[in-house]
Amino acid sequence: MSLFRNIVFTAVIAGLLSGLLMTVMQQFSTVPLILQAETYEHAAPAAGHSHEHAAAADATAPAAAEHHHDDEAWTPADGIERFAYTVAANVLSAIGFALVLVAVAEALGGFGGASSSWRSGLMFGIAGFLCVSLAPGLGLSPELPGMPAAELWSRQIWWGATALCTAVSLGLLAYTRSPLLAALAVVLLVAPHLVGAPLPPTHDTEVPMALEARFVNAVFATNLVFWAVLGTLTALLRQRLRAGEEASSGTAAGLASR
Amino acid sequence: MITKSAATAISVPTSKVIPLGMTALLGLFIVGFVGFSHLDVVHNAAHDTRHSLAFPCH
Repeated sequence: MSLFRNIVFTAVIAGLLSGLLMTVMQQFSTVPLILQAETYEHAAPAAGHSHEHAAAADATAPAAAEHHHDDEAWTPADGIERFAYTVAANVLSAIGFALVLVAVAEALGGFGGASSSWRSGLMFGIAGFLCVSLAPGLGLSPELPGMPAAELWSRQIWWGATALCTAVSLGLLAYTRSPLLAALAVVLLVAPHLVGAPLPPTHDTEVPMALEARFVNAVFATNLVFWAVLGTLTALLRQRLRAGEEASSGTAAGLASR
Repeated sequence: MITKSAATAISVPTSKVIPLGMTALLGLFIVGFVGFSHLDVVHNAAHDTRHSLAFPCH
């Protein structure tokens, strides 16, 4: 159990630090744009979630109708309460990402030797950005509140499938040398985008395009920094928190030798 | 070396399979709960995080 305990401890500290850093970055980049978009969302409730259009346009009406949540469910009050929940959600997401990142890195042979582990962690972090932010974001561009979107389930499934395909593809490219597997990797990388992300029935929105463009830039920029820091911190901490584990330098050679 | 790096990717020591699998599942569960749960309360609490991480939202 010492391996599990050490990994969880590593992920919690790395997630806490990088989640807090992400919160600071968001307050200057994405959150002001979200708040600005919400003024359009609330000003034009009919166009707001566009599910009215969806209901009229196609047969997804029953599913779309469930999405009228804002008036009924509890919502944190604007200001410090909303900020506190955002901090918590950021830190929790970061810990979750860090747990998956360490598990994958360890399964692939670890972060490498003492002098280069930060570099390997940085690479894993950038790979995480590619899988979780960039690849899904190419099909489902980061949405502001009030943007029209397809049914939630279908987008979540496409998002998850794209992240998984991209991760497997990058793994094959980095850890195998067979041309056949490299070809498979390219197919996996491209396939989700050929299938295409689920699109909304209409693109009508009150949110200005310029605002959306700035938001997309802000999301990709903050997420790239976040993932780079998360990966680097995770590898550095993993190096130091190894109490009770047997010396496993043999498996760590995997990354160094490639 | 070619076969060695390929083998490294596939053969995880059996003693590591369970802790690494548990770690990955725990991580996926946390991300899934914060970012993908359909519960309105969870959605509203994590609203700004979901938008800022480009998770599918609303």
